[in-house]
Amino acid sequence: MLRVFWCILIRDLTLALRRRTDVLTTLFFFVIVVSLFPLGVSTEHQVLRILGPGVVWVAALLASMLALERLFAADYDDGTLEQMLLTAQPLGLLVLAKIAAHWLLTGLPLVLIAPLVGMQYHLTETAIGVMMFSLLLGTPVLSLIGAIGAALTLGLRGGGILLSLLILPLYIPVLVYGAGAVEVSVIDLSDTRPYLTLLGAFLMVALIFAPVASAAALRISIE
Amino acid sequence: MADSILDVTRLECRRGDRRLFSGLDFSLDAGTLLHVRGRNGSGKTTLLRTLCGLFTPEHGEIRWQGESIRHLGEDYRRNLLYFGHLNGIKGDLTGIENLAVAATLDGDQVDRSAIWDALQRIGLKGFEDLPTRMLSQGQKKRVALARLILSTAKLWVLDEPFTALDTDAVTLLQGLIAAHVADGGLAVLTTHQEVPLTSGQVARLDLGN
Repeated sequence: MLRVFWCILIRDLTLALRRRTDVLTTLFFFVIVVSLFPLGVSTEHQVLRILGPGVVWVAALLASMLALERLFAADYDDGTLEQMLLTAQPLGLLVLAKIAAHWLLTGLPLVLIAPLVGMQYHLTETAIGVMMFSLLLGTPVLSLIGAIGAALTLGLRGGGILLSLLILPLYIPVLVYGAGAVEVSVIDLSDTRPYLTLLGAFLMVALIFAPVASAAALRISIE
Repeated sequence: MADSILDVTRLECRRGDRRLFSGLDFSLDAGTLLHVRGRNGSGKTTLLRTLCGLFTPEHGEIRWQGESIRHLGEDYRRNLLYFGHLNGIKGDLTGIENLAVAATLDGDQVDRSAIWDALQRIGLKGFEDLPTRMLSQGQKKRVALARLILSTAKLWVLDEPFTALDTDAVTLLQGLIAAHVADGGLAVLTTHQEVPLTSGQVARLDLGN
């Protein structure tokens, strides 16, 4: 079981490393979107501090959407997805490995670059710490929920737009609690606990249901 | 019925509003090759995909050793090797890597030297370490077909396996299929090319009449 999980995870990571542009686009998109707001709205410290958490989280949402389309599409196009469906391995496990690779390539870089963008918004050190932690909990949820949408819209014309319409509303809770955690951390650090606990709970639920749901959606899409 | 391994009863498949075929019955014993023939668009690929469980038939049932493949699920897929129009290999991975992933997914414990041997046997000596996107169409197909050498699956479902292959590869592939069938395996294939598939019992099925 674990061997198969690693096999797919390493396969997807190797593929991404041989085609680095895909990973870098997501990261640059995130950085650019976040940088546009201070330029367009205001450079006042006070305004930026209020704006910061929300903007970073919205940008993270959009950046993770950007890469979702390709999650299954590349494998669908060259027939490797078909082959995965025909193996004796549980499809949910293979999907989970693909999602894990997707998160390592698109979610984790956002977490790591968060201190840098946080500084643009003059966030305090604690706020940046909380932001990194909330992104660490939240971005896997984005990848997991997004995978269901990517599986459902696989092979459809204009699937990209449909995917956004389908998935963005489902991202709202993650956005609310992710950005909320950073906002309240400015007042009192202990207030962030319920927000982060809820994000953790989202992660657990998504971890259990999303791979199974994506697997079922893939079986429908591949017909 | 008692001896046959793969049983298809009253199978009907539709694509949208069009009925491709209906009332299809056949059964295959161990060591049989089924050659599916028919015009373009007569439903050959759909039939093959249905046999793999990738496509849900409108009516009818497919049974493997007496049990419906819907219920068998993973136990059925363990016995199955499907080779479709798409090669199912990653252009950015080398032949070796592609086959190693395929073998792991199939649950076979295949070591690297076995994969090297398979690629050499299929005529890709010297190309094992190149990303497959640098190979020609025929060579890509050979990489995909090397899975047949490594596979332990009992049922081979091959959709147009001979296209884009040169005469050497065609002969080699025929040899592989013949050996598989002689070994008690089952094979279902479609092809428009005239190839002498002489071994074992060759059954023919004509679609679209």
